[in-house]
Amino acid sequence: MDAIRTPDIDFDTCLGPNPDAPAYGKLSRRDLLKFCAGIAATMGLSSAAGVRMAEAAVSPVRPPVIWLHGQECTGCTESLLRSYHPTVEALLLDVLSLDYHDTLCVGAGKQALDYKHAMMEKHKGKYVLVTEGGTPTKDGGIYCKVGGKTQAELVREAAEGAAAVIAIGSCASWGGIQSADPNPTGAVGTHEVIPGKLVINVPGCPPSPYNFISTVLYLLTFNRPPVLDELGRPKFAYGRLIHENCERRPHFDAGRFALEFGDEGHRQGFCLYKIGCKGPETYANCPAIGFGDVGFGSWPVGTGHPCFGCTEKATGFRKPLHALATVKTLTPPTAYPEVGAAEGRGVSTGAAVTVGVVGGLVVGGGAMLLKQMNDKGDAADAPDKGA
Amino acid sequence: MSNAAPLRRNLVTPLTVVLAALTLIAFYFVALRFIYGLGAVTNLNQGYPWGIWVVIDIFIGTALGCGGFAMAILVYVFNGTVYHPLMRPALLGGVFGYTLGGLALIVDLGRYWQVYNFLLPWHWQPNSIMFEVGLCMLAYTAVVWIEFAPAILERLGWIRLKRLIERWMFVFIALGILLPLMHQSSFGTVLLAMSTKLSPLWLTVWLPLLFVVSAILMGYSVVMLEAAVVTQSFDLPSEHQLLSRLSRVVGWLTVAWLVVRWADLIGRGAADLAFAGDLKATMFWIENVLFAGGALVFLTPSGRASRRASFLAAAALLAAGALYRIDAFLVGVTPVGNWGYFPSVAEIMVTVGIISFEILLYLVVIKTFPVLESASRSGTAHA
Amino acid sequence: MSEVDRRDFLTGAALAGATAVAPSEASAIARPPRERLPQAVGMLYDSALCIGCKACVSACKAANDMPPEVPANLTGWNENTWDTAEDLSGRTLNVIKVYRNGAAQQKDHEIDGFAFVKRHCLHCVDPSCVSVCPVAAMRKDPVTGVVSYDPDACIGCRYCVYACPFGVPQYDFNNPFGKIAKCQFCNHLQKQGKIPACCDVCPTGASLFGKVADLSQEIERRLTAAPGSAYAFPRGRLGDDRPPNQATVPTYVKAVYGEHEVGGTQVRYLAGIPFAKLGLPTLPSQSPASLSEGVQHAVYQWLIAPLVAFAGLVWLVHRRTARNHHDDAPNTERGRP
Repeated sequence: MDAIRTPDIDFDTCLGPNPDAPAYGKLSRRDLLKFCAGIAATMGLSSAAGVRMAEAAVSPVRPPVIWLHGQECTGCTESLLRSYHPTVEALLLDVLSLDYHDTLCVGAGKQALDYKHAMMEKHKGKYVLVTEGGTPTKDGGIYCKVGGKTQAELVREAAEGAAAVIAIGSCASWGGIQSADPNPTGAVGTHEVIPGKLVINVPGCPPSPYNFISTVLYLLTFNRPPVLDELGRPKFAYGRLIHENCERRPHFDAGRFALEFGDEGHRQGFCLYKIGCKGPETYANCPAIGFGDVGFGSWPVGTGHPCFGCTEKATGFRKPLHALATVKTLTPPTAYPEVGAAEGRGVSTGAAVTVGVVGGLVVGGGAMLLKQMNDKGDAADAPDKGA
Repeated sequence: MSNAAPLRRNLVTPLTVVLAALTLIAFYFVALRFIYGLGAVTNLNQGYPWGIWVVIDIFIGTALGCGGFAMAILVYVFNGTVYHPLMRPALLGGVFGYTLGGLALIVDLGRYWQVYNFLLPWHWQPNSIMFEVGLCMLAYTAVVWIEFAPAILERLGWIRLKRLIERWMFVFIALGILLPLMHQSSFGTVLLAMSTKLSPLWLTVWLPLLFVVSAILMGYSVVMLEAAVVTQSFDLPSEHQLLSRLSRVVGWLTVAWLVVRWADLIGRGAADLAFAGDLKATMFWIENVLFAGGALVFLTPSGRASRRASFLAAAALLAAGALYRIDAFLVGVTPVGNWGYFPSVAEIMVTVGIISFEILLYLVVIKTFPVLESASRSGTAHA
Repeated sequence: MSEVDRRDFLTGAALAGATAVAPSEASAIARPPRERLPQAVGMLYDSALCIGCKACVSACKAANDMPPEVPANLTGWNENTWDTAEDLSGRTLNVIKVYRNGAAQQKDHEIDGFAFVKRHCLHCVDPSCVSVCPVAAMRKDPVTGVVSYDPDACIGCRYCVYACPFGVPQYDFNNPFGKIAKCQFCNHLQKQGKIPACCDVCPTGASLFGKVADLSQEIERRLTAAPGSAYAFPRGRLGDDRPPNQATVPTYVKAVYGEHEVGGTQVRYLAGIPFAKLGLPTLPSQSPASLSEGVQHAVYQWLIAPLVAFAGLVWLVHRRTARNHHDDAPNTERGRP
């Protein structure tokens, strides 16, 4: 995962006095530390990193977050709001300083926009820009305007003073649903609007809130993004195919498939590959962490519907729901029998010894006989001249 | 017609005790085979479904039993009546070679309880070489028992039955020459179904001829060896003079065999495989050297005259024929898939046990029934 | 007693010659190969479409009531519930194997790649197993050409195991009452109008069932289509109205396996890497059965040669023994000792 190695810290010593009293809005210190330890675990980091994250999260030096909305359904924000351990609005509003959010901010109209500009000026070069939703580019980008400016202008403007840019959701990552054929508005992801800047993409429709929160906390704690893949997606969440982590993978490997919704196989929880699951070509961590904090299996495949590849530009909203996925298999598992594997038993020592003993006896007996034979021949051996 | 007599020696000797012990060990493993299956006892596998039980006990075992057949050709086709004294011992070898070969077959068959399907016309599959081989071997086993029957009937004193059989013996002798010609050559034809699995060092359309002639050679070798061993061990008058005349025939026949084999090998352009330096090539050369060595001894007068050299040459030819079969069915075969085979200890002990049983029964019979003419000449038989 | 004289030698040699086999060339003596039946059914296995999911292995086990197979190194793990057949065996009629090379990261690449192959009975047009079985336990259906096995006829001689050029029939050595196991094309399902289980369940259409004539045309279409172009790969049975697998044409090796091998087979293979690398044996176009039967028939056709030889031998031996009876003194009775 990450090369950060922080020494392990004893959790209790970090609690401080009165750990259960509300300290950050409704969050107690204990809750905050537990929450951040969980985030650290999601990213594969140690609990000490979790403590550092907690400290970064509540440090008075914490940077503000400016959150813009483009062509989107607000699903990503809704997803964020559905993390309940702890309530995230408390975290984002009381802990992190979510200074501007198109949806969550109470004010509206010119007042809200002025406040946004004021915050961007005040914290220039230090704030984190989060974009949610795609940016139209056709016809000058007029298909999404806020306060008279096109989304593209707004994104460029906000990105100028941003210390980091995070694009949450598939729409901000690569265009999302509005970019589906024929893409009438020319919708693109944020990184295509601001090509020079590093944009961390957290795709998904919506992504798990923890993918986003972990990325933000990591950024704040270590002042750099987590390890990203070639599409700018954090590898801790998007480094593996769903197919590699899916709890129904044994059914795929054993050839047990659901053929129709509601059939025997479907009811048994068999693999959904044959009804179009795009897990084999989609990178995400949905099977590992699920959604909604309601326990194991709380993700599409877990509930019995095939994955449609929402994080992938080539798959989500592009490939038909029930078309077969291209299985992006890596090297087959070692349990697969190989062509040309050696079979059958070789020479056992017992067998070799037995053959040797038997052979020796036969040769020995023959030699004995030979010795006894009178080679000169006797009278009876004299060639018969007559009958 | 026979001047033979039972050999007056003890039935129980150190040798027969050892042979009996080996036989019992074999029976133990055979019992295991029937209780637990072939896989529990043998190293047979999907690449080598036939192992030494088929190749040695059946193919080589029956070739060793070709003494009667080989002698019958000499005596009755080429009118070599001088060799007649060797007939009964040769037939006895045939009786046990084929009967115990049949026993080994039942032990090896995977679904032995249905072997009678061979005799049901609605299961006949005449295109199969194995079909012809099976029926032929069954028929010949009956024939060789009938050919040997006079020795038994003499001992039992059932003279009328003996006379009856002897009146029709010419039919059985004719069958006794025809049937082995058919199935011993077909053992070679069996290999043709292997096509690309068998190395070109052995695979040829001449396989039937090579097999039947080498079976005849092995038959003669067994007769010569048996005569030498028995007369030597029991201190009987030697039959070497008779054998040395036979050995000239054997020598020339071996040369003919080698000529056919090599002409075909070179004609097919497969001779270069002999120099590949692998296991197949090595075994191929050992075969040829054994055949040639035996032939060489038998074609030189001093070789024929020497009892030791003749004994060694007969042993060499026997080994050559046996090795030829082992190579053609096992060593020369490259199965599909990466398989290897070497017999297990149990497999080896069963083969050793069956051969021991053959020798044991042979010894018992020559001591109980009038088989050996040298026994009567030695003056130890009854008047 | 007489020596072997020249006349006797010549008489004997003539007889020997009559029963000896004297062909000149293998192809000359082989009998004509069998022709493919007009209604023959077959299968097309496309290795480039196969994703190695092993649904076919699982479905075959279920359709034929075969128990799971656990390799030696996994025995006991997970209470022997994990079926990982490593090869065809007495309880596995169909197996998927993988070809690996180097880093094995690219599918259907010969170098540093991997590919899958499906092994089972190829239902030959001129089957060796049918030819060699002495009791007709292996039979080729006269209409569909499916090679089936009758365990009630079988004597377990394993000649079919020995003779099959593909190493398909498997004798169950671990069972004291073992049978031969081999794919029988789900004959029992075909009789109900269904298709073989492997083709039925294959998600990508890599295993496709159909008439061999139709499948040959499908093979042509795939080999002539441009690699990378869109193609609707039929699934299940060729000609059925199942939704096809919409995918792109892979880069095939421009050959089909099974068209000529040992006289042709009803199961054909397409692949993205050379067939030999997948473990499919390189075979000549002459069927072994045509050669061995040809040699056998040359001598034994209608049993003419054996009967003639028998008649000749009877006459000759009778002459000898009659002559020798003449020469000998009459037999003296031998009483019991």
